[in-house]
Amino acid sequence: MYKVVVPGDFISEESNRAGEGTYVEEGKVYAMKYGIVDDREEIKVVALSGKYVPTKGDVVIGKIVEISFPYWIVDIASPYEARLHTSEFTRNEREKIEFGSMGKYLDLGDLIVAKVMNVDAMIRVDLALKNEFKIGEGGRLIEISHTKVPRLIGRSGSMIRMLKEKCNCFIFIAKNGRVWIKGSEDEMNLASQVVLMIENEAHTSGLTDRVSYFLDSFKR
Amino acid sequence: MKEGEKEIELIKKGKRLDGRGFEELRPIKIEVGVLKRADGSCYFEMGNNKVMAAVYGPREMHPRHFQDAKMAVVKYRYNMAPFSVDDRKRPGPDRRSVEISKVSREAFDPVIIKEYYPKTAIDVYVEVLQSDAGTRTAGINAASVALADAGIPMKDMVSSVAVGKIGGEVVLDLSGVEDNHGEADMPIAMVARTDTITMLQMDGHFKKEEFERGLKLAMDACHKIYELQRTALIERYSKSVGEGEE
Repeated sequence: MYKVVVPGDFISEESNRAGEGTYVEEGKVYAMKYGIVDDREEIKVVALSGKYVPTKGDVVIGKIVEISFPYWIVDIASPYEARLHTSEFTRNEREKIEFGSMGKYLDLGDLIVAKVMNVDAMIRVDLALKNEFKIGEGGRLIEISHTKVPRLIGRSGSMIRMLKEKCNCFIFIAKNGRVWIKGSEDEMNLASQVVLMIENEAHTSGLTDRVSYFLDSFKR
Repeated sequence: MKEGEKEIELIKKGKRLDGRGFEELRPIKIEVGVLKRADGSCYFEMGNNKVMAAVYGPREMHPRHFQDAKMAVVKYRYNMAPFSVDDRKRPGPDRRSVEISKVSREAFDPVIIKEYYPKTAIDVYVEVLQSDAGTRTAGINAASVALADAGIPMKDMVSSVAVGKIGGEVVLDLSGVEDNHGEADMPIAMVARTDTITMLQMDGHFKKEEFERGLKLAMDACHKIYELQRTALIERYSKSVGEGEE
């Protein structure tokens, strides 16, 4: 059974176990965010909403919004924009990307899969490209709240595995809440419907079973 | 009270004009997450007051030179709809609404943990749809719930209510008539958990004892409002739990 808390709610006396989404005052742990308490390992408050802030190592789906030599400025569904350096393309080659030719590699509006290489104190975000970096044509992108991503993946990937199997789609979930779905038109419709359903009902228990039932009822 | 107006009897047989006792709040209704496009929102009713609060962000701060490299900037806009009062209110910011925006923003200063989102802006919009005295307090109550709903890191929730003096009595939560014909009006905002006052204004005169009594009344009422705010937030995520229990 889970417990919903609002900011300022007292959670526990064990201040040494205080984790994300909490703060400690006079040796007591209080909630800092509106969310659900998780005290399996440390005492955390899993937020129900909020904006994505990149951390090192996250894999995100970004959209090129600006070209400003020698960087591409990338929107990563966050209050902070990220940048991708041209050297990401030329690492093993002699050639250098010329001032005017950046658009040939990645143009405005292109979607990329990238890894957050570094986030500095000023929250300047540097990206590194993943091997399969460019998201090709065909398929669709849906955006959900990044707080719902763990639920969409499920415990050790159970939810997403089931979704991929039953919808027969390629599904890629990025840490920033962007989900890439590729398959036939009908399959994509079904998959995106289910993803949005999971987002809406992320806080309810027994969701995996309900999603499974829902998908089976479509199969007929 | 303006000159030439007739004295109104605000207290009859120990009851107020709307039938409330001296220490009674107007009925409160809170709805969370009413606006789909906002990151957090709340519709708040307190008697005839109807306010809507929407929170956007943290998001990129524009213009850039207003950014703070160390923390988020909170922007608060209190606005009255032209149709919120009997005579049409001239739209747009005026002296009064600028002041209310400022004090309301500062009422949240001690609770919002701004250091978590440097360089960003958190926008809070409070729209008064219908007004009947005490809209700034209703606005603060709504904004507090909307901020929580937006997932903004906060140390506590803020609750707010007004006390006043009518017909020589200290009473809680003035209505429009009472405000217009009463002797004093004092809105306060506070953190219910720690009893920290984050806003206090006063219009009119209280004797020292009256002030102390009023403050106590308001603080007790804030605790009640806090419980309502909390319940509204918690119920939002427990409604759909019954089905499919694990």
